[in-house]
Amino acid sequence: MELFIEALTNAIHLLLSFDYDTYIVIWLSLKVSFTATLISTICAIPLALYISIKQFRFKHFILSSINTGMAMPPVLAGLFITILLWRNGILGRFNLLYTPQAIIIAQIFLATPIILGISISAFQSFSKKFMLQILGLGATKFQLFMIMIKESKLTLLCAIMAGFGAIISEVGASMMVGGNIKGYTRVLTTAIVTETGKGNFELAMAYGIILLILSFSVNMILTKIQQKNKTQYE
Amino acid sequence: MKFLFKGIFLLSLCIFLVNASVIKNKTIILATTTSVVDTGILEELIPLFERKTGYFVKIIAVGSGQALLLGKKGEADILLVHSPDEEKQFMKDGYGINRRFVMYNDFVLLGPPHDPANTKHAKNILDAFKKIFQKKALFISRGDHSGTHMKELFIWKSLNIDPTGKKWYQETGSGMGLTLSIASEKLGYVLSDKGTFLSLKRNLNLQIVHKGDKILKNIYHVIIINPNMFKNINYDGAKALADFFVSHETQSLIKQFGIKKFGEPLFKTNITLKEN
Repeated sequence: MELFIEALTNAIHLLLSFDYDTYIVIWLSLKVSFTATLISTICAIPLALYISIKQFRFKHFILSSINTGMAMPPVLAGLFITILLWRNGILGRFNLLYTPQAIIIAQIFLATPIILGISISAFQSFSKKFMLQILGLGATKFQLFMIMIKESKLTLLCAIMAGFGAIISEVGASMMVGGNIKGYTRVLTTAIVTETGKGNFELAMAYGIILLILSFSVNMILTKIQQKNKTQYE
Repeated sequence: MKFLFKGIFLLSLCIFLVNASVIKNKTIILATTTSVVDTGILEELIPLFERKTGYFVKIIAVGSGQALLLGKKGEADILLVHSPDEEKQFMKDGYGINRRFVMYNDFVLLGPPHDPANTKHAKNILDAFKKIFQKKALFISRGDHSGTHMKELFIWKSLNIDPTGKKWYQETGSGMGLTLSIASEKLGYVLSDKGTFLSLKRNLNLQIVHKGDKILKNIYHVIIINPNMFKNINYDGAKALADFFVSHETQSLIKQFGIKKFGEPLFKTNITLKEN
């Protein structure tokens, strides 16, 4: 119990005293996970529209793959990306291993299936008649898509939150492809592992509490957006 | 709101692009062991080197076995490891050049305070391990092919005992720091390097039950990866870093590291002998 109180005061102290090392770690975590979430969202939503509207062969197979991807173990993604990025690997010439970009790539790999899966189920819940009617009223295909995105904003924001939550709290892939380099690729989760290994349990806990505070703040902003739009349509 | 999102997106895209252009041959990948990193010594030494030379060192903390493997694949530029037998083989196979001595400390056998296997009265380390075996006292092993793990396996092998799979023998597969925490919680015996133990001592319910044998010497060497074997090796950077490690200035810093905090040095160097 003592440790918890100590960790909590430690966390607050680190935040309020603008501790340089802590803020670097926070900044890196946010930078990496925000970028990864954004890129995933931008890729996933148009793809989700395409998959949910179009009929094609192996659709069931692709949907099952996406749903499996939602349960992708981060370490496995990490291992896969590491092998790809090795100096003598397929993408070795870009020298990306042990950089923040490598973590972003791994996290995109993890977040995209989550955002994609939830978005597809949102788009698939529109009835075919609804879509035909919109088109019948003279809307272009692009306008139809915009309406669908607008109408499913609630679920889409939920998808983004789920994707963001999965990657900011992920440790296996960040550790492997980032290398946990201090001030460069050490994010909050890998910092927790490092400090635990060093026996600095209060600091590890403090980082954990900061991580929770961060994801709470981000989710609160997103929830606010989500709920605001909800009342508009009632 | 849309504007905000657009702003964040553009900002992150810029960061992504700017960071991607970090100059390639200014970075050095140093693969080393958790037993070095967990003591915090590199956090003191490497910034000095970076400031002096302008290189950027990426420290990858793994077990010695994995570090050597990264070297064999040409995925690191320089190694700082403590697994002498494997290192010799590594040099023989031509993967490394210029293997040089950096520092040493000792392995120590740690055990719970009540010492159930009575290892404190062992004649030597082999006897101590034998006592643990006879008593079937809990032994926590690294199990990760690190230098420490190799040393421990060597001792078991010298005794002709195969502990793997036994109930009293548990492998953590983790770094030194975590393994010590586990041993402390489970009241087991564990072989550790002295540096990590001293730096974590305050959180551990363990004490040194045996130390000082000749075979318990823990020697760290620096190895530059052979640039003729692989392309993309940053040989100049690796050489600069290796020279830095063995330089007189660094050696005296290593010798002093930990005295202030723990009351005794965590590592010893050869210049200790010269200066005294």
